[in-house]
Amino acid sequence: MNAAVDVKTLIIDGVDVSARADQTVLEVARENNIFIPTLCHLDGLSDVGACRLCLVELKNSPKLFPACVLKVEEGMEVITKSDRLLHYRQTILELLFAERNHVCSVCVVNNHCELQSMAQSQGVTHVRLPYRNPKLPVDASHERFVADQNRCILCTRCVRVCSEIEGAHVWDVMGRGIDSLVITDLNQPWGESTCTRCGKCVNVCPTGALFDKSKVGSSHPKYPDFVPYLNMMREGQ
Amino acid sequence: MTSEELQQIAETDVAERKEFDYELNVCMALGCMSQHSDKVKAALTEEVARSGKRCHVRQTGCLGPCAAGPLVSVGPTGTLYGNVQEADAEAVVESLGGEPVKRLETHFDHYFHGQHPIVLENSGQIDPEKIDEFIGRGGYLALMQVLTQMDPQTVIEQISKSGLRGRGGGGYPTGLKWGTVAKAVGAQKYVICNGDEGDPGAFMDRSVLESNPQRVIEGMAIAAYAVGASKGYVYVRAEYPLAISRLTVSLREARRRGFLGGNICGTTFAFDIEIRIGAGAFVCGEETALIASIEGLRGQPRPRPPYPAVSGLWGSPTLINNVETFANVPPILRRGPEWYSSIGTAKSKGTKVFALTGKIANTGLIEVPMGMTLREIIFDIGGGIPGGHKFKAVQTGGPSGGCIPEQHLDLPVSYEALIDAGSMMGSGGMIVMDDTSCMVNVARFFMEFCMTESCGKCIPCRTGTAQMFNLLTKICDGEATHADLDLLIDLCDVVKSTSLCGLGMTAPNPVLSTLRYFKDEYLEHIENRRCPAGVCACAGKAIHEEVTA
Repeated sequence: MNAAVDVKTLIIDGVDVSARADQTVLEVARENNIFIPTLCHLDGLSDVGACRLCLVELKNSPKLFPACVLKVEEGMEVITKSDRLLHYRQTILELLFAERNHVCSVCVVNNHCELQSMAQSQGVTHVRLPYRNPKLPVDASHERFVADQNRCILCTRCVRVCSEIEGAHVWDVMGRGIDSLVITDLNQPWGESTCTRCGKCVNVCPTGALFDKSKVGSSHPKYPDFVPYLNMMREGQ
Repeated sequence: MTSEELQQIAETDVAERKEFDYELNVCMALGCMSQHSDKVKAALTEEVARSGKRCHVRQTGCLGPCAAGPLVSVGPTGTLYGNVQEADAEAVVESLGGEPVKRLETHFDHYFHGQHPIVLENSGQIDPEKIDEFIGRGGYLALMQVLTQMDPQTVIEQISKSGLRGRGGGGYPTGLKWGTVAKAVGAQKYVICNGDEGDPGAFMDRSVLESNPQRVIEGMAIAAYAVGASKGYVYVRAEYPLAISRLTVSLREARRRGFLGGNICGTTFAFDIEIRIGAGAFVCGEETALIASIEGLRGQPRPRPPYPAVSGLWGSPTLINNVETFANVPPILRRGPEWYSSIGTAKSKGTKVFALTGKIANTGLIEVPMGMTLREIIFDIGGGIPGGHKFKAVQTGGPSGGCIPEQHLDLPVSYEALIDAGSMMGSGGMIVMDDTSCMVNVARFFMEFCMTESCGKCIPCRTGTAQMFNLLTKICDGEATHADLDLLIDLCDVVKSTSLCGLGMTAPNPVLSTLRYFKDEYLEHIENRRCPAGVCACAGKAIHEEVTA
């Protein structure tokens, strides 16, 4: 049977919903106005299941599943909100805040930051963990943009948008574990890299890690919603 | 290659062996090689030529009790010499046919008694680089039988019936995995052998690859036939140069004898194997990261499902098993699944290879039937704790496992029993600790390992392990409060429940198991600024007042 017409019914947070067989739990939840927090997910890009904020519970399973890559199944019972999930989501956000430097008041994207609004929506009022405050480089070699590693949460949206949408694959990740960094080309300065200066990475970056030099000192909203439209236009829909 | 030809090669090998009155098997696995057993072998060869005795000096794989290396085993008497140096060659050769050299003789009767070699049955008896010696011991008989007499379904049924479970640590039923890959739809399928052994203190897979690589190749070929794959990869870490070179030679030999390539054993079955060398990342032992690494991508895991059995290497159905799992396959098919399932416990069948290390008299490689107790392994085979010290705990399962204390020593070794005790089977590393080990420090060591080996993809593992490492360091340094301990326990739960792959999910295990059995040591560090084992320098540090939230 064609996946487009193969309809599954499932329950999300007690609500009966229907979905196409090829949809993920996250897609179906959003269609039905059920909010599941995400950071690494971005409509129009491939999913990596890395931020773990979209973890949901399935009835009769002790395991948690990332909603962004969890395909719907007939009769599935999904729970997206529980004390346990909230605690995990808050702790993951705390881990992010403590990992590098996320002082909102001096950040160029203050009030336009997904990490900031996510913490507000999840009720993170304080961070129990000690701040690590590593000293990381800021690359301002590009004529238009700046990469501030101290604000990076390694969601890899920039890596994916550059590879999947722009087709340049200038961004990638080097190092591993706590020492991971996003880099341009083979860790050359951004300004000397093969960057096409399209600015997609800056617009999809959820934090102030990638920003536009012209916006410093002013309001710096980001517009990541272009990706699905671009995909639709390319597919001729 | 026909079965007559196979038999002829075997008979020729047996006949060649009979031409010699004696044989000297010199261990040339990495443990003894590091003690220059290659020089010992050269000296013995020279001495034999001088003496004119009909003696075959052979390089072999691991002989077992590595701590006594370089090891030389004498045939046909079976005498095992330990700590053999170049200068001893003359005495050893002279003693052939007479009394053994007393000063070199080892006494490992207890060590070998109770062991049940299946995976290691040829280890230390054959030259790992000579395929004919392997054939002379029944090698490739199973592959011949399978290809000429069984259909793939029967092979999978036999493996299922044997009760074999994945030896890489998880213990997933091998037959079930093979069945899933066999049923998966795809024009191209792959078989991958996971030799990315990286647990601290573990060297089972390395020894198998160094001692009997042909057995692994045979197991992979049988698996490929059963699931319908035509291409295989052995993923070995670059830190195992000897295993890689022996495997390279063995693959060439297997191709020469027609066990790899086209028309294997005169049938239409075609299969070949390539080696892929890992670049030193522990996480590449995780199957999806391993696949990414073979594809030439960054070695990072991806969420499952889809499982590799459905969508693995380059999106094709892929079977991944561990080195030891593949090495178990040929004997099961040669001797029947009933024979195999008669060994072991109700749910864990067969034998398990363990690497005994740490504070134990007989460090080395052992293979025991499942269901043997930890006490028998550590005190009978391992010879107990040296230096008059007292046993404290045994760490199994590497950084994913846990520490098992004295009161659980009578636990029979099986997948379930070890998980119940808060540890896991893992790939088979067994690190014994005595009263000079601080359990907080041990937990800190494993957490540091997980922190540096985390790939960095998911947040809980990347930053959670770093935070837990800092908290454990704080406890060890005598600067922690009860609040720090509570935070540590909370982080253990978060990282265990939310991480993307097995590395993160199991990273808190060493902390959780030491907290379960040795919480008093944690409290001693926190409340009295004292390390009971005297390892941590926390004495005299001021005790901070607790700040209650």
